[in-house]
Amino acid sequence: MMLGKPPLEAIRIIFWDPLFDPNFAAYSRPQLLVKAAPLILIAIGLSLGFRAGIWNIGAEGQYIMGAICGAGMGLAFYPTQSVFIFPLMIAAGALGGWLWAMIPAVLRTRFNTNEILVSLMLVYVAESILASVSQGLLKNPEGYGFPGSRNLQQYSSAANTEIFVGTGMHWGVVAAFVSVIFAYVLLTRHIRGFHIRLTGEAPRAAKFAGVVPTRVIVFCLGISGMLAGLAGMFEVSGPAGQITIDFNSGYGFTAIIVAFLGRLHPIGILLAGLLMALTYIGGELAQLMLGLPGASIQLFQGMLLFFLLATDVFTHYRIRFGEGK
Amino acid sequence: MSSVLLRLEGLTKAYPGVIANQDVSFDIGHGEVHALLGENGAGKSTLVKMIYGLVKPDTGQMTLNGTPFAPVEPRAARASGIAMVFQHFSLFDALNVAENIALGMENPPKQSDLARQITKVSQSYGLPLDPHKTVGGLSAGERQRVEIIRCLLQNPQLLIMDEPTSVLTPQEVDILFKTLRKLKAEGKSILYISHKLEEIRALCDTATILRLGKKVATCEPAKASARELAEMMVGSSFKAPEKTPRDLGKVLLEVKDLSKAAADAFGTSLKSINFSVRAGEVVGIGGVAGNGQDELLSVLSGEMTSKSSAVVFDGKAIGTLGPTKRRALGILSGPEERLGHAAAPNMSLTENALMTAVDRQSLAKNGFLNWGKAQRFAEKVIDAFDVRTPSAQTPAGSLSGGNLQKFVIGREVMQAPRVLVVNQPTWGVDAAAAAAIRQALLDLANEQAAIIVISQDLDELIEISDRFGALNEGRLSQLRPTQDLSVEEIGLMMGGAHDLEVSDA
Repeated sequence: MMLGKPPLEAIRIIFWDPLFDPNFAAYSRPQLLVKAAPLILIAIGLSLGFRAGIWNIGAEGQYIMGAICGAGMGLAFYPTQSVFIFPLMIAAGALGGWLWAMIPAVLRTRFNTNEILVSLMLVYVAESILASVSQGLLKNPEGYGFPGSRNLQQYSSAANTEIFVGTGMHWGVVAAFVSVIFAYVLLTRHIRGFHIRLTGEAPRAAKFAGVVPTRVIVFCLGISGMLAGLAGMFEVSGPAGQITIDFNSGYGFTAIIVAFLGRLHPIGILLAGLLMALTYIGGELAQLMLGLPGASIQLFQGMLLFFLLATDVFTHYRIRFGEGK
Repeated sequence: MSSVLLRLEGLTKAYPGVIANQDVSFDIGHGEVHALLGENGAGKSTLVKMIYGLVKPDTGQMTLNGTPFAPVEPRAARASGIAMVFQHFSLFDALNVAENIALGMENPPKQSDLARQITKVSQSYGLPLDPHKTVGGLSAGERQRVEIIRCLLQNPQLLIMDEPTSVLTPQEVDILFKTLRKLKAEGKSILYISHKLEEIRALCDTATILRLGKKVATCEPAKASARELAEMMVGSSFKAPEKTPRDLGKVLLEVKDLSKAAADAFGTSLKSINFSVRAGEVVGIGGVAGNGQDELLSVLSGEMTSKSSAVVFDGKAIGTLGPTKRRALGILSGPEERLGHAAAPNMSLTENALMTAVDRQSLAKNGFLNWGKAQRFAEKVIDAFDVRTPSAQTPAGSLSGGNLQKFVIGREVMQAPRVLVVNQPTWGVDAAAAAAIRQALLDLANEQAAIIVISQDLDELIEISDRFGALNEGRLSQLRPTQDLSVEEIGLMMGGAHDLEVSDA
């Protein structure tokens, strides 16, 4: 409204048109899964840590490292064709994210550093590495000097293709659904998930129950790094296609919102991931149709988290006007 | 006991779902020491909060010296001459005594004047206290003196004391009682809340007994026996734990030259502790809070590890094993702090049962939990220990302290331990439930388990333990047969008298 655009129409364009407008739905519906998959994959990993009171803020960095390692593994085989290349890339992507998350984990358990700061700062290190490899190590030799790797979509053994054409359903989406089920079973049925929840609820009681805090930290950071790395790998070999300087698009940070929006519950995260993906797509559409600035949709996503947290505060406390005690 | 200082008439206070106080009336005279007695949840604290202006009564009124009295906040109550010493101290460790006292005053005088006033008051009431000492370095008894002097500086007419002796040694209790008697002689009134019936019989002129929010009796405690008072509180007679002669088996748990540095600045280091417990024996370990009780429990439960040979179970060195492995051997424990240590407050009773029982009750297979079985185990504990809760799905934090205590002790007892270590097993539990818990511990001993009871309640230790030792600044005195000990000797052991100490050898 303040931007001089009709508000109701904007809401319709963001939330309704991508799914149901005949002109856009054909393109937007598959995009929904494409965008939601990395968000869900990363958010599921983060939520395990958040449940245990371990704050991995650097999923973006783990996402980048997963993409670089996955793409690097694929490009190392170029132009050989083999069915083993893609699985190897998946393993490399997971390992890359896992290793990047192990840095804050080891520093935390050995030297009691703050994993929030370490993981966040490692995002900027990862961005620098990304810039370096896209201009050096992984640069496309046939790319006419432009920074960026070969396009993996054109290298069939390494391409993360759609499983059903036109649905957006690539292997990353499958991984996201599997991770939701895995997290659900872990948290509700398995002793390890119980120990994660116990650590978050009452650290001292967890220790009394026999939980080793170091192991929980390493496990949670490891899983979240691994899933973020996988998300990066599926992205670079699929929708993005290549490593470029600005390959990362903030999924690692948005996933934090998704995790909280989903109340740290696997099913909630699944829905929140889809909703957040919708705002991405709808936001792009709104930019196109109404000329809304791109920042306004980020503002909207931020407000979503802000109001959610406010709801939590107001369900536990109430404001009292007048004389305080 | 002359005229009436404070009269309560028909005070009623209801919270959603419970009536905390219903139609409570009694008088406190000038120069009277009035005891307030009742089980947990009988409404003592709500009543006191109404007098101190923290809670407003729904109906009923109070009159102070004949004029209506309705304090809207503690400040108003203090201005009318009512002071209160809380069970939990509100002091800043990093500040000194005078600074702490100044923080609680409306118009604090200059530090030097205040220090002089503190010294004067502390001398005239026999409560030695140095105003320049940092509070962090004071014992619990000294901290309480800071709170008492803070109150006395306001020159109150009525002093409310909530469980003042729970943190004191017998000798410190004597000092406190002398002070209270002196206050009484000056015509000041005292409202005294305590669980310890013998103390009330020794100190108080009148006792008001509350049960389920209602006043059930007012009596002269000196003329009633402790047992009669307890039965009035509970409303029925209950069975005191019975100690039957037992055959002692072999030594089950042995602690040899155990030293352990404190985990943080506020902990206590354990210094070369030696003792052993035989199968079927109850060892009582007393001591004033903060002398290493938590740490001793932690090194026995496995939360803190030590030199392998320092803890020996059944001939096997286990000092380096963690809690899970010790549980597998049959060494179970119940920590003092219920919320956040023995139980996770936001988790259900079923989940809390699972917490320590998962292996011994085989509630999981290959790491996958069997919730049905866990719930049945939780329900078994709830039944056996009369835990009053709507269901096993209720969060632990919403149970009253006494009920949760029954649950966390029951959870360990029901797992058939070979060694059970408990810290403050009946803390904040009413008389009948406490008797049930003590009986359960004795029953376990009859089944040839070794029991270690760490407690600050001396009566409890005398009642159930076969041998007694005291912790003082992280050292443990030699264990001695409880029946040969007098209260004076126990007090000396708690204070760390050197002829009773073995660790300096």
